[in-house]
Order: sequence, then structure tokens, then C-alpha cells
Amino acid sequence: MTFLDADGLTKVYGEGCSACLATTGPEYDRNRCPECDSVVACADVSFEVRDGEVLGIVGESGSGKSSVAEILALDADATAGTATIRGHGDVLDADYQRRREIRDEHLGMVHQHVHDGLNLSFTGGGNVAEKLLSAGWRHYGDIRSRVRGLFEETEVPVDRMDDSAETYSGGMQRRVQIAKAIANDPGLVVLDEPTTGLDVSVQARVLDTFRRLQREQDVATVVVSHDLSVVRLLADRVLVMRQGRIVEAGLTDRVMEDPHHEYTQTLINSII
Amino acid sequence: MTDAEPESLEELHDPSSEGLEGYNYAYLDEHTKREVRRATLKAISIPGHQVPYASRAMPLARGWGTGGIQASLSLLGPDDVFKVIDQGSDASVNAANIRRLAETTADIETTTDTTAASVIQTRHRIPEEVLTDDQILVLQVPVTDALRRVDGSDDRNRTRHAHADYSKMWVALYESVVQWGEVDIGARYPVMVEGRYLMDPSPIPRWDVPKLHDADNLFVFAAGREARIYAIPPHTDVEPLAFEDRSFRVEHFDEEACDACGSTDTFLTEVEGEDGERRFACNDTSFCEKRQRNSDCAKDDHLERSDIAWGPGTGIDPNGFVGDGGEDI
Amino acid sequence: MSTSTNSDGEQPRLAVTDLSKRFQMHVVDGREVVGLDSVEFDVAAGEFLAVVGESGSGKSSLLKCLHRTYEPTDGTIEYDTGDSVVDLATCNERTILSLRGTDVGYVSQFLREIPRVPAVDVVARPLRESGSSPEQARETARGLLERLQLPRELFDAYPATFSGGERQRVNFARGIAPRPRLLLLDEPTSALDPETREHALKLLRDYLGDDTAVVGVFHNHDVVERVADRVLTIDDARVVDVRPTGGEST
Ligand SMILES: Nc1ncnc2c1ncn2[C@@H]1O[C@H](COP(=O)(O)OP(=O)(O)OP(=O)(O)O)[C@@H](O)[C@H]1O
Ligand SMILES: [Mg+2]
Ligand SMILES: [Zn+2]
Ligand SMILES: [Zn+2]
Repeated sequence: MTFLDADGLTKVYGEGCSACLATTGPEYDRNRCPECDSVVACADVSFEVRDGEVLGIVGESGSGKSSVAEILALDADATAGTATIRGHGDVLDADYQRRREIRDEHLGMVHQHVHDGLNLSFTGGGNVAEKLLSAGWRHYGDIRSRVRGLFEETEVPVDRMDDSAETYSGGMQRRVQIAKAIANDPGLVVLDEPTTGLDVSVQARVLDTFRRLQREQDVATVVVSHDLSVVRLLADRVLVMRQGRIVEAGLTDRVMEDPHHEYTQTLINSII
Repeated sequence: MTDAEPESLEELHDPSSEGLEGYNYAYLDEHTKREVRRATLKAISIPGHQVPYASRAMPLARGWGTGGIQASLSLLGPDDVFKVIDQGSDASVNAANIRRLAETTADIETTTDTTAASVIQTRHRIPEEVLTDDQILVLQVPVTDALRRVDGSDDRNRTRHAHADYSKMWVALYESVVQWGEVDIGARYPVMVEGRYLMDPSPIPRWDVPKLHDADNLFVFAAGREARIYAIPPHTDVEPLAFEDRSFRVEHFDEEACDACGSTDTFLTEVEGEDGERRFACNDTSFCEKRQRNSDCAKDDHLERSDIAWGPGTGIDPNGFVGDGGEDI
Repeated sequence: MSTSTNSDGEQPRLAVTDLSKRFQMHVVDGREVVGLDSVEFDVAAGEFLAVVGESGSGKSSLLKCLHRTYEPTDGTIEYDTGDSVVDLATCNERTILSLRGTDVGYVSQFLREIPRVPAVDVVARPLRESGSSPEQARETARGLLERLQLPRELFDAYPATFSGGERQRVNFARGIAPRPRLLLLDEPTSALDPETREHALKLLRDYLGDDTAVVGVFHNHDVVERVADRVLTIDDARVVDVRPTGGEST
């Protein structure tokens, strides 16, 4: 069943004018409006994600991937568009209170920058506990055992649970973010560059852990990455973005091995 | 308490007018009093919510109770009986100064007897004796926002209050239990008011926190430096923040008793005697004196009812309030 | 061109009609490359169809079109799910995703897996994903790897460090593990020594039983003659011959 239905997601940074959308995009090779100088970070981005499905979003730096991720994670407002989550209607339209509820209980986000995802002065366990506390958990013993379980699932050493997250390795911090993201059994998890900044061997284990959990819990996932191999390993379907627009979409292996759009072909060729 | 105010402008400006000695009645100009009363009324209507007001300069340094004085002087009328306590004691220089200011400018009677006062201004304590619906307790507040413990940004904290988003505070409690095995907050223990606003009860000990719940009297909290007033009206639900399995606990003094009156059901502080020996004594000096005269004097002796819930050692079973606690981490 | 239908005239498991694939190479001046040209054949349940042809003739393209890794330009690929007939060339991507793994298996030439996953878990994954318990999945995976003569000490090691032949066995085991109804094999035994290859081919029949339809690309003539029911020959993107094994090319 469709969990997330995103329709026409658009984010314009700046004043915006009537020419913004018509004068930017891949065919103009720019995302800055020549009329008003606004940046069209993403425009008219539409897709669906089902339960248990992983959607990848790839594209070069600045193509608008993170903007889409931020909108979905309700971390940023969209200029236009809707994101309908099953049972909750258009969440972009929701007031602050309901957005927070949805973010706390139905969404999980793994941020590209650890500072956006974790409070490093808290313990690793405290970071995960925060998500439970936000969702109304008030029994300390229950919280402790849930956090412990999440540490085990994401393979973070449980005996480090009460150490400050600052003292964790990059891979551990990423795992703690994953633990936090799945803490409330969300329907949707958004990962923004889940492996950047990690050692190659660590990357692999983080990906494997996430994929296992994702399949086990049947959670709809959006993974944003400029690393095609990450998307190839995780995603069932993929969107290719350029200058804020989707230029190609399809089954991941199809897009990687039989790219149709000129830009996708260049992108694929440039990594092999 | 405003019905006994001076009635004419002449009276206000007449420097020879009895007790006013060149100042307006109750020191503050009428505009300021109205401003403070308005803020107080608003605070009472939204229990636990911090209401800003135009805090004035007072003839004391900020941080010495300038907010409390503005609140008290705005409430006092000539028929009121005023008591001022500073950390449980009526005798401190600061308490005496505030009392004198009210006496000379507002023409009121003062007292040290909690049960005789209609308005009590206090710093860091709630009296041991049960307050009634005829009484107002004005608490001096140095830090208005409980959330400042977890985030220094008042801007962000205002947004949190607006949406009752207190998860940061809860994480702080979690971290405290992880580190200390219990919530490591002594004074200024955060409370939820009417299930809506997180509130800093001012630096009262945990001992006094249960008294805020479902009380007969009105509590007014006033901060001069931060220019905020908030309130707990009578019979408001006030709950200290605590985990279900790590209940809130008050201070306990084991086997200790007050050296002067023998009380074991009052908040004790350790004092050094003239002989250099350390002993425990009631922190609420006026109640201690009563107990010294009559060791059976109950905290609700002045009332017709008895067994009134007023913190530890009263009608409520402190153990019931304290909960079971302790469990593995 | 010869196209065979089931002797009893029933719906074949797979029926390919007029299948073409052309690639638009934007990077090279928009040049068009023909991968497949009007390919037609079908495969019955339990049948093993070998695909042979020279390098670059279009064998892998064919398998990839069947798997929808390549999007066919023209034609239909009718697959009988048992309940209904689905055109794999044009059906919804979601349908493809749900058929993959359980219904349609694909063993590529190269193992593509998340590094740092032990061999046994690589093989067990599709089983777990189709509902087996982790222990049951690992049990089956171990059994398959054993039959393929993979040294036991490698079961819990990471395939990244394996030899080509060892890796190929892991890949093979993973592809057949969920017993797909249509199995696509792209030179699955190319890196195996003759003895190991024997084990692999025997396992194929033993493990899959006689319901799975197989389309397999093989280089080795002997292998083709032994395992296949029919042989389809591709040359320069076209089917030039389909014949039963044992006979001579027409
Ligand atoms: N806060 C902002 N203000 C102005 N422009 C922005 C802002 N955030 C993003 N942009 C612009 O929007 C475009 C899309 O940015 P986005 O971060 O979504 O790209 P991305 O695809 O995630 O890139 P990367 O791979 O580098 O993370 C870029 O041109 C970027 O400069
Ligand atoms: Mg990004
Ligand atoms: Zn514009
Ligand atoms: Zn005493």
C-alpha cells in the first residue's frame, strides 16, 4: 500500500516570481531564476513510496536531493506541493503541532550531518530516548530496555549506551541516528547521504544493518545519496534529479544499466 | 485589595498625606500597579504561563526581589497584613527592608505569623503552615523558565512552551537518572501546571513542591530582572516532572529532628551553633517558634479542617506522593 | 525462425513476441544501438531453454529485458503467474518488484552485494525476505553452499575476498534459493571447474524440481547439450535458430 504520495514538491529560496519555474531546470542548465535571482532548489517533484519500498534519489551536488529530503522530514517548508501520508492527509499542510506529532511518531530521519541528527552532549542512549520521550514514553525502565534493544538491533555496543555521543566513532553515530530514526516504528524513514564521511568498510556495515531493519520492519524509505552504489544496494526504484527537477525515474537496476536520459547516461558513465 | 486606594489626585500628590511621605501609595505609581495587576490577572487565567510586564526600577538591586515587591505592592491595600520571608526567615535584612518599604508606603500592618498574613512575599520557601483561600503567596523568581536548564535560547523555549514541547526537558531528566541514578535536581524542580505548561517553581526545595498542587491559596511568581509574572490559582493541578517508575521524591532527613523544637515533619537546614557543633533546625523560623511553645501545633492548627494535604508530614501520605522509585538502571 | 509452443497447446510459462531493444546513446551523438531485434520464443513450465551466441550478440540483453533491467523498446514478454498473464515488458514497476526474487530469479555474471555480509547471509537474504525465519533461511543457505562444495570455513566469511569461482557459487545459490518459477541464468558456471560445475548443474535440477522454467546463457557446448531441453541461438541481435538438444543446427 502507498504510504507516502508526494505531489509537485517545490522549494524556492528567495522572493520568487512568475518566471522562476519556466526559466530554470535541466533544459536551461540552471536553478537560479534570471528574473528574480531566486534559487529553485526543487520543483514539481512527484513520487510514491509504498510500505517496505526503498526509493533512491540521486543527482549531483546541488541538484535538489536534500531539499526534497528536508521537506519530507518536515524539517523545511515547501513552497508548493503536497505530501500525503496514509492516515494523516497532506502533512505539509499540517499545523506545527500536528507536524511535530507526525515527525515524532511516524517519521524517522537520518541526517547527513551528525550535528543535525544528534545532540552530541547527550549520551548515545539519551539521543534515542529523546524520540521515545517525544512520543510520550514516561516509564524509565521501559525506555531503557527499548533503547538497549535498539542499540542491539543497530549493532551499537550496548555498553557504550551511557557514554556521551561525542565519544562515538562516525559509524556508531550514524547507527545511533538509525536507531533513533526507527525508535517509534515509523512508517517512513528518510536517509540523507547515509554513508558519507564514513570509512568504506563502515559504510558497508551501516548499509547492511539498515537494509536488514528496513526489510524486517517493512518501512517505506527514501534514501538520498550522490553515491550511486549506495542507492544501487538499497533502492528498489530511483529518481534522478538535475537542476531541481526529476529527469528520470525507474527501477534502480534499469536506471543504472539502461539509462534513458542524456544526463543519467553521463552520470552513470562518469562513475564506471 | 484595590478598594482602599487613595481616591483623589490631590491625595496622591499631597506629600503630607498620611504614610505616603512624598511617594505614591504603595510606592509604585498607579500606572505601574495597573500594569502589574493586569499581568497578574492574565497569569492567573493561564496557569503556569509566563506573562511579560513592564518591570520598574526599585529601590533595591535587581535580583533582590524587585519582581516580588512590585507584585506585592500592586496587590496590597491598607487592610492587608503583610509578611516577608527570606529563605524561611523573617529576620533577614532583605526581608526587613521589604517589610519596611511596604509599611511606610502602603500603610499596612506586618506580621511574622504565617496564619495572620493576607499577603506573604517569600524567597526560596513556602511556609510550613497551610495557606488558605484568604491568602496570596508571592514568590520571588530569579530564573523564570524551567527550559533554560536545557536550552539557553528563550526564543526557542517560547516556541516549545507554545506547543507544549517538553521532550528536551525529559531527556535532561533521563540523562540525570542515567548519571546519578535519580533526578538530580534540588531546588527549582520543574513542574507541569494543569497538564499544559512546564513551570519553574522558583528555587523552593523539592519539599515545598507538593504544596503547589491543589492548594487553597493563590501563588504569584514574579521576576523583576526578567520582567515576567506567572501564577498558580487555587486548586490547580501541579505535577512535578518524573518518570512513572522513578517518582518525584522530597528531601528526607532520616532520623534528624529540629534542635530547637524537636520537629521531624518540617524542612530542616543544617546550622552551626555557637559551640561550633552542627545541628538541624527548622528552616521556617516562625513556625519553629510556635512549635517551641506548643510542640503539638499542627501545620493546619489554625483551620477548622484537619489532615489537609500540604506537602510532607501533612494530610497526604508523603510516601504515597514519593512513590516506589528505585529499580535497576 | 522457429517458435515452439507446448506440445499440449497450454499457455507457456513465458512467451516472448517481437521483442526489440534499442539503446539511444546520447553520450555518443545520439547514436542508436540495437540490442535485440524482433525476438520471439517461449518456454514451458519445467523447460530449460539455453541461449547461445557469440560475444556481443545480445544474450545478456535478452535476459536483462526479461528481468526488466533493460526496458524493452518493442514487443511483449508474457509471463504466466499461475493466476494471470503479465506482460513483463510493459507492466507496472511495482509488479516487477513483487515478482522479482520469488517468481523471477536472476543470476547475473557478477555478484553484487553489500560488502561485509557473510556468504551464508547473502544466500539466506532472499529466503528471509520471502518469509522464512532467519534460522530456517540460514539452514537452507548452508545446505545449498554445501552442495556447491563451497569450503565450510567460507560460509561465514565475506564474499568480497573470495575467488571468482567461490563468488559465483554464492551468487548461484542465492539465485536459486527461493525456487523461482522463472529462472534467468547468465553464465552462472563460467568460473567453475568441471567438477564443481557438475555439482551446480545437478543441484539445479534436484533443488528446483520440475516446475521452474529456466532461460540460461551458457558458453560451454557440453553443458548446453546436457542440461537444456532446447537451444536458442542469437546472432547480431536476432534469433537465428531454436532447436531441441541432441539434433543439429538447421
Ligand atoms: N537554504 C538555501 N538557500 C539557498 N539555496 C539553497 C538552500 N538550500 C539549498 N539551496 C540550493 O538548492 C539547490 C539544491 O540543493 P540541495 O541541498 O537539495 O542539493 P543536493 O542534491 O542535496 O546536493 P548535495 O549532493 O551536495 O547534498 C542548490 O542549488 C543549493 O545551492
Ligand atoms: Mg544533500
Ligand atoms: Zn523568479
Ligand atoms: Zn523547629
